Amino acid sequence: MRGVGSWLLALVSALAFALLYAPIVVMVLFSFNAPRGRFNLVWQGFTLANWRQPFADGALTQAFLTSLALALAAAALAVLLGGLMALSLERLRPRGSRAIALLLALPLTNPEIVLATSLLSLFVDLNLPRGPLTLLLSHSLFCLSYAALTLKARLAGFDPSLELAAQDLGATPLAAFRRVTLPLLVPGLLAASLLSFSLSFDDYVISSFTAGETVTLPLYLAGAFQREISPQIQVLSTLVLLVSGGLLVLATPLGPSGRRPD
Amino acid sequence: MWWAWILLAPGLLWLTLLYLLPLLGLVPLSLSEPLSRFGLETRFSWRLANYADGMGTYGPVLLRSFAFAGLSTALGLLLAYPLACAIRFRGGRWQPLLIGLVVLPSLTSYLVRAIGWTSLLGDNGPVLGLVAALGLTDLGLLRDGRLLNTPTAVVLGLTSTQLPFLVLPLVVALQRIERRLLEAAADLHAGPWRRFRLVVWPLSRPGLASALLLSLIPAAGDVVNPLFLGGPNERMIANAIANLLLVQLQAPRAAALALVLMALSGVAVWLLLRRGGPDDLALQ
Repeated sequence: MRGVGSWLLALVSALAFALLYAPIVVMVLFSFNAPRGRFNLVWQGFTLANWRQPFADGALTQAFLTSLALALAAAALAVLLGGLMALSLERLRPRGSRAIALLLALPLTNPEIVLATSLLSLFVDLNLPRGPLTLLLSHSLFCLSYAALTLKARLAGFDPSLELAAQDLGATPLAAFRRVTLPLLVPGLLAASLLSFSLSFDDYVISSFTAGETVTLPLYLAGAFQREISPQIQVLSTLVLLVSGGLLVLATPLGPSGRRPD
Repeated sequence: MWWAWILLAPGLLWLTLLYLLPLLGLVPLSLSEPLSRFGLETRFSWRLANYADGMGTYGPVLLRSFAFAGLSTALGLLLAYPLACAIRFRGGRWQPLLIGLVVLPSLTSYLVRAIGWTSLLGDNGPVLGLVAALGLTDLGLLRDGRLLNTPTAVVLGLTSTQLPFLVLPLVVALQRIERRLLEAAADLHAGPWRRFRLVVWPLSRPGLASALLLSLIPAAGDVVNPLFLGGPNERMIANAIANLLLVQLQAPRAAALALVLMALSGVAVWLLLRRGGPDDLALQ
């Protein structure tokens, strides 16, 4: 009985990983494809040419850089605003903290298309031309909840007596915060920044409503389905995966030194 | 206490101006009428017909959205629950690595993953060949001998994109189950099945609720999978809203549909989180 169960568990797990990784494997594979015609969707033959010219597709590279800049700015803004909110909610606990925490969680329960519709109608009402500014405003908004809640959870996990101990030893509250709390908060800040960055970098739905003439990477990719799927798309995406996968490995505690769940 | 509010002020300003007010603004917008056929400007006029027209024209699309979302979530759960159990109870010290492997595909843009599925499911692709080789062509999964532009392709794409959001909350919930409880059950002569039914399953219920929520709502509102893996007959509600707003310039009807979608999602949230607080959601 136990044997059959184990086999079934392994089989289903393998199937799940296959479903997760099938499109990723195809992406890496097709970065080495020599496509005939404009769409790199059918395997023709192996080549290294695409990897020798990863930036040959100028419009793609431009969209990539736009998304990079946007995601950096949106993540910085969201972590700044969200960090201040998290500090206030966890440490100073003003009246109404619970209501504000609920307000922060609320956008997470809305389908993205609802946020997109409301943001576009806001920008139309304000007569704000759609472009980089409206993109930054909307991206920083949907990242804000994630950043604030991530940091709030980190702060809740701290032992406040550390800060009190520093104050007992003569540190001012501000110095105690700077010398004790802030260094402890660095991993949380890093996690919130990475999460915000990747959410913004990948966003398609809200961007398609608020971008105007600006072309971010996901918007370029959506257009590529009609226009041209150059192999550089797969090359750049593989590079992004390598970099972000590397960051993920660095952030993951591995082996027995990591926190044991039991 | 006043400086608690100073720290909160910029974030609250953002949430109020960019989230709360525009969301509330959808209500009057959904009751307005367009001023012209060439712009998004509108005039308020108590036009309840926007809802009636919207539901009449897009009711089937709404139904299809939740059917696709439900189907892909159910399929995903069949894979995710055993995978989460395998990670928690068989993963040992490799648990963080396995969790990382579940997250890793999400770091690739879901549009690039859709491009990957387009290659896999295409007319000359390997999946269609496999389906033919296994003699599964008559199961109703194909349309005109094709996989691309069918409900199958959309549900498959949705299942793949939503799978990590099902696995992670389940792993978190399973990790909270203390091994001692299972050992105690075993000492009391409970077999593997009874240990699962009486200990693991009930204690994983909160994680299951979060998982369902994190998968169902984004799936029902998905744009990419129906647009690129489905044909015109597989469009979902978010595609309809985008089309109304960006192509037909019918902002009031788009707002009405968006509010209906939000209300339905709200009902799902309420049903699934009735027992837990908002912290269940914030954990993710």
